[in-house]
Amino acid sequence: MEANPRSTGRLPAAFLTPGSSSFMDFLADHSPDLLPGNRKLPEGIVEAPHGTTIVAATFPGGVVLAGDRRATMGNMIAQRDIEKVFPADEYSAVGIAGTAGLAVEMVKLFQLELEHFEKVEGATLSLEGKANRLSTMIRGNLGMAMQGLAVVPLFAGWDEGKEKGRIFSYDVTGGRSEEHGFAATGSGSIFARGSMKKLYRADLTEEQATTLVVQALYDAADDDSATGGPDMARRIFPIVTVITDEGFRRLSEAESSELARSITERRLEQPDGPRAALL
Amino acid sequence: MSTPFYVSPQQAMADRAEYARKGIARGRSLVVLQYTDGIVFVGENPSRALHKFSEIYDRIGFAAAGKYNEYENLRIGGVRYADLRGYTYDRDDVTARGLANVYAQTLGTIFSSAGEKPYEVELVVAEVGSEPEGDQIYRLPHDGSIVDEHGSVAVGGNAEQISSFLDQRHRDGMSLAEALKLAVQALSRDTNGTEREIPAERLEVAVLDRTRPQQRKFKRIVGRQLSRLLEADNAAAAKTDEPSDEAPEE
Repeated sequence: MEANPRSTGRLPAAFLTPGSSSFMDFLADHSPDLLPGNRKLPEGIVEAPHGTTIVAATFPGGVVLAGDRRATMGNMIAQRDIEKVFPADEYSAVGIAGTAGLAVEMVKLFQLELEHFEKVEGATLSLEGKANRLSTMIRGNLGMAMQGLAVVPLFAGWDEGKEKGRIFSYDVTGGRSEEHGFAATGSGSIFARGSMKKLYRADLTEEQATTLVVQALYDAADDDSATGGPDMARRIFPIVTVITDEGFRRLSEAESSELARSITERRLEQPDGPRAALL
Repeated sequence: MSTPFYVSPQQAMADRAEYARKGIARGRSLVVLQYTDGIVFVGENPSRALHKFSEIYDRIGFAAAGKYNEYENLRIGGVRYADLRGYTYDRDDVTARGLANVYAQTLGTIFSSAGEKPYEVELVVAEVGSEPEGDQIYRLPHDGSIVDEHGSVAVGGNAEQISSFLDQRHRDGMSLAEALKLAVQALSRDTNGTEREIPAERLEVAVLDRTRPQQRKFKRIVGRQLSRLLEADNAAAAKTDEPSDEAPEE
C-alpha cells in the first residue's frame, strides 16, 4: 500500500477511483483486513456474550422495533444494560440477536454503508436495497456462524415508495424474508411471537403498538432465562423505537419506563398478561 | 537532430498555474460565509443534479469551483477518507484540518508532477463548531496550498472582486437571511461592476447548522424555504424563518 489514511500524504489511488458508491467495496479494495468477513476463523468454540430477544410490529403509519437489555454468556448474565436496537439511517432501524461483539460491528458497518451511499450518490437507497445490503453482510459472517458466532438481525423501516412500515427477518445464511404484521428474533422469540400472535391487530395505534412489543418482551422474559424483563430496581427498561414518515425516533427513558411500569403493574394482578378471546 | 527547447522550472510552474487558473475562472463563483448558527454555502448553479456543495461528514462540508469531474473525484475521495477514519477511530476524530491537509497533499502532488495535468479546481473545506469560535474554513487553491479563512471566502471566476466586496460588508453574528442576502448581492456583481438578477431557482444553497439536533449538520436549503429566506429582508423576520428540520419541500 503506497500510503495509509492515518498519514497525511496524498490520497491513495483507491480513494479517487470512480465507480462504486459502496463503502464495503471500497474497504475490500483498500483495507480488506477491516472487513469482518475477511478474518481468519478461530479454532474451536469461542464463548462470547450473546444478545437475546428483538421484536417488531407494524401499525398503520409506521413500524415499531424493540429489544430487551440482556446479554448472556452461557448461563451467566454478561451485561444487564446492553443496547441492541440502533437506527440504521433516518428511516430505518436494526435490532440484533446473536454474538454481541460481531453484531455491534456489523451494525456500525451497515450504518456507514447507508450513510456513505447517501453522501456519494446524493440519494438514499430504497428500503429493499437496504435490506439486501444487510443480507450480504450476514452472508459474509457465515463462517463465524458455523462456529456458534451467529448474528441474526431484524430490520424495520419506513418505505417511502409504498408509504408503510415494513419488517425484514433473516436467517444465518443471509436469507431474507419480509414479515407481515409482527416478527421476533433471538432466544426469546418463540414466546414473544406467541404473545404477539394473540394480541396483534392490524389497526393498532402507535401507542398500542409500543405497548404490544413491550408486552411481548415481558412474555419472552417470563419464559426465557436469557431475556431480561424490565428492571425496576436498576431502572433498566427495554429500548423501544418507532419509525414513521417523520423518521426514526427512540422513546425517551421517561416514556419507556412509564410503559414498562404500567405493564408491570397490570401483571401484578394478572401475571400472564392480557387475555385474548377464546373464540 | 533537434535540440529540445529549454524551459526554466519557474516558467514551467507559471505555465501550469496559468492553465489551472484559467480553467477555474471559467466556472461561476461561489461563496462561503459564517453566520450566527453556522456556515452557509451559496453559489449560482443552473443544475439540480450536479452539486457544488456537499456533505463530507457530520460537521464538515465541501465546496468546489472549477472542473466538475475533477472536484467530484476529490469529493468522493474525501467522503471515503472521512468515513474510513471515522470507522477506524471515532466520529469525533474526523476533522476539517485533517481533510484539508490530505486535499492539499493531493493537489500539490498533482500540480508539481510533470506527468499529470494540473487539476483546474479550487476547494473550500468548512467545519462547523459547537460555538462560532470553533468554526473553521479552509480554502485550497489548485497548487496545494492551504489558506485559513475567517468570516467569508469566495472561489471561482471573479473571486478577488467578490472577496473584497464581502470583506467590507460581512460581520460576525449575521442571521442566516442576512448572510444569504449579502452572498447573493456579492454573486450578482459582474466583473465590469454591473449587477444582474440571479433567480432563486438558479441558486444552490446549503448550510452547516450547529443548532440542528441530528449528528449530521449539513442541510440543503431548497424550494419554499429558500424563497422565504430570500424575501425576509430584516433580521426580525429572519428569526422565524431559520431552517427547520422538516423534509425540504421540493
